[in-house]
Amino acid sequence: MNFKFFRISVLILLVNFIFTSNSFAFKPRKEEWKPKDTTNFVSKFYKENENCLKCHGQKVYEYSNESQGTTIRHNMNIERVINRDIFYQSNHKSFKCTDCHSNEYSKFPHSGELRMEAIYNCIDCHGNDEKYAKFHFEEIEAEYQQSTHFKLEKDGFTCWKCHNPHTYQISIRNSENLKNTIAYDNSICLNCHSNFDKFQLLSDRDEINLIQKHEWLPNQTAHFQNVRCIECHTKTNDRILVAHMIMPKDSAVRKCNECHSQSSILMASLYKFKSKEQRKDGFFNGVMLNESYVIGANRNEYLNNFSLLIFALIIGVIGVHTFFRMIKVKSKSDES
Amino acid sequence: MSHKLYLYPKWIRLWHATNALMFIILIITGISMQYTDKETNYFIIRFDRAILLHNFAALIITISYILFVTGNVLTKNGKQYRIDWKKIWKELFIQFKFYSYGMFKSEPHPFPVTEERKFNPLQQFVYVLAMYIGMPLLIVSGVGLLFPEITIKGIFGISGLLLTDVLHITMGFFLSIFMIIHLYTCTLGSKPTTLFKGMITGYHEADEH
Ligand code: HEC
Ligand code: HEC
Ligand code: HEC
Ligand code: HEC
Ligand code: HEC
Ligand code: HEC
Ligand code: HEC
Ligand code: HEM
Repeated sequence: MNFKFFRISVLILLVNFIFTSNSFAFKPRKEEWKPKDTTNFVSKFYKENENCLKCHGQKVYEYSNESQGTTIRHNMNIERVINRDIFYQSNHKSFKCTDCHSNEYSKFPHSGELRMEAIYNCIDCHGNDEKYAKFHFEEIEAEYQQSTHFKLEKDGFTCWKCHNPHTYQISIRNSENLKNTIAYDNSICLNCHSNFDKFQLLSDRDEINLIQKHEWLPNQTAHFQNVRCIECHTKTNDRILVAHMIMPKDSAVRKCNECHSQSSILMASLYKFKSKEQRKDGFFNGVMLNESYVIGANRNEYLNNFSLLIFALIIGVIGVHTFFRMIKVKSKSDES
Repeated sequence: MSHKLYLYPKWIRLWHATNALMFIILIITGISMQYTDKETNYFIIRFDRAILLHNFAALIITISYILFVTGNVLTKNGKQYRIDWKKIWKELFIQFKFYSYGMFKSEPHPFPVTEERKFNPLQQFVYVLAMYIGMPLLIVSGVGLLFPEITIKGIFGISGLLLTDVLHITMGFFLSIFMIIHLYTCTLGSKPTTLFKGMITGYHEADEH
């Protein structure tokens, strides 16, 4: 048990590390930040954004008191640090900070009222917009309102809590590496569910020990690397790519065969986007085969039929052989 | 009349009993896992139990396999598995002819059982295939599935796990077929039960085989 605990802790640490490590690496920048040559996206607003990122771009910021001529250095709270490289790869990379935040933020210290700043929700911009129709924001919104997290809205839960405004990037839709997508999607949940600091902002419940709660699942590490939390915790919905209705824990998937069987639910969730075109070859679940191996769900019709054939042949030969032996025994006893 | 040969020392019988029992468990649990049913959660045995049992039986059979190999390295039983490549094809044919019609015409055994040579060529050949090619591949691919992190990631865009698994299932299938044939050929003693008794007592009844 301890070993298992160790492995899963390492996993969770690792996941957290991958997605936060960059923010630790920053040193105060003396020279001006410029987009790297390697990135093909250069924001129109990158200079303007530097007005904010000179402080929010790393763990150290400074400000000077002009009348006294002194400069003071402070640490920026890690929660308020925004990683430029990740921001400029995110879905909203083309935005300037003040598209979402008040212009008032250009003043420092920021005014206290700004703390109550009202911020747009996804649906405010994306709702009923032809350009984003394929995402079905309205359907997602409706699902979210039935999800178990929705009761936390009054405490400040919003779509932004899972879709970090400064980092969120679509993944499964154009995933080239399913494992990375799984790690990314799970890190969204683990952001609160393996970080009690965040969790307690929203709930008075005691810490939920994920490893212990999922003790019933063997090979936890393998599972958490190969399926997403939402596979078990949401209800699949054919109309959207990523189901958003997180159900109460009692409705979570627990039976192995939901996944480990021919009509695996994974075909309707994790492997959904890729599965459509790839079903033709004899492999029943072509996609799944290329990405991972799910006992019970991977079956090949040709191999199945072929092995049945061999099996039948062998039994046939044995049958014939037995038949002749019986004839021989009979003729022997007839002779004597 | 018949005299008895002591062909199967204790360690072989111990290995064989373990091997046979575990192999049967592995076949049943393996099939059960592969065909788990969506509605009922089991085909023969409940999925999670099948996994546990399969892993357990695999561990035991691996240990007993190591015992088998070690035994054959250390004792002269190993010699029984040394194929004489110059003669084998011809001998295989002779033995095959005997099984297909010679035995029905009451021809004598072409390769009577002796202490120096307890297997006929067909047995020898098939046992070597099963024990020195089939079993190692089965065990190695099984370990690969148990610890996916050590399995090769992939070749030509096909998942390494998939290849490992296809290897595992194929070997499992061939060895299952082997077992069925093996069980049948073990009824070809002087009486259908003679050879089985031999594997239990250690003594082979040498008049016919
Ligand atoms: C001189 C450094 C500095 C600059 C420039 C700066 N900030 Fe800040 N910002 C801070 C510090 C320090 C905090 C944390 C203390 C606070 O909330 O006042 C903060 C806090 C914030 C917060 C969080 C407020 C909350 O509700 O807790 C937001 C949002 C923010 N800044 C946005 C911006 C934006 C947008 C810009 C650019 C237009 C900007 N900041 C420029 C230093 C700066
Ligand atoms: C797409 C809209 C959007 C853009 C663009 C944006 N932010 Fe934010 N930002 C938000 C939202 C929404 C929150 C509140 C997050 C929450 O409630 O968890 C926020 C929170 C913050 C915070 C407070 C820390 C936190 O995570 O709660 C800071 C600091 C901040 N933003 C700075 C910036 C800076 C600097 C930029 C420009 C590089 C920027 N933001 C660009 C939407 C945006
Ligand atoms: C202030 C308006 C605004 C808000 C609020 C907003 N978005 Fe966006 N979003 C946009 C715009 C504009 C783009 C297009 C950006 C571009 O093309 O560079 C976009 C792009 C996206 C994309 C990428 C679409 C594509 O085809 O690549 C996704 C996904 C997305 N937003 C999801 C969200 C989610 C989820 C939320 C809430 C958590 C949200 N957005 C909140 C305006 C907004
Ligand atoms: C509990 C966490 C959570 C909440 C809350 C949440 N989402 Fe998501 N959402 C996810 C995850 C995980 C994904 C999968 C990300 C990926 O791989 O692209 C996702 C994906 C998406 C996508 C992309 C789907 C696609 O077709 O590519 C959109 C759009 C989206 N969410 C919108 C929303 C909106 C709107 C809300 C609020 C009404 C919301 N989300 C709330 C977790 C959440
Ligand atoms: C294989 C399916 C499966 C996966 C994958 C899974 N869970 Fe669960 N989870 C469950 C089940 C079943 C329960 C209910 C356990 C119980 O009743 O004690 C549960 C319980 C929980 C609970 C509630 C505990 C409580 O007592 O309130 C949380 C929170 C949770 N899971 C989060 C996650 C997160 C985060 C992930 C991804 C890292 C995840 N789960 C992955 C099946 C799963
Ligand atoms: C912003 C933080 C946050 C994020 C991100 C988050 N959760 Fe939660 N989640 C909570 C809190 C807080 C609770 C406790 C709610 C309560 O008080 O009952 C909770 C409760 C749950 C429960 C238990 C419901 C029950 O019946 O007890 C499940 C299951 C769950 N979350 C799954 C997920 C999954 C899956 C994801 C990722 C897609 C996720 N959560 C992302 C904060 C979060
Ligand atoms: C949400 C879907 C899901 C559920 C539910 C689920 N599994 Fe799995 N399981 C998977 C996937 C996907 C893999 C493939 C891992 C890989 O590709 O290596 C897997 C792999 C495994 C493995 C092989 C792990 C390894 O090390 O290769 C075992 C054993 C296993 N599952 C047993 C179970 C048992 C027992 C249960 C029920 C208690 C269960 N699973 C429930 C999806 C699931
Ligand atoms: C219920 C299952 C099995 C039964 C009843 C059985 C029975 C027997 C018998 C009677 C013999 C002696 C036959 C002879 O050579 O004269 C024998 C030998 C042998 N069996 Fe099996 N067997 C079984 C399963 C297996 C399995 C699963 C394997 C391997 C995968 C196997 C491998 C062998 C081998 C290699 C020998 C030769 C032993 C030696 O070195 O002397 N058997 N078996």
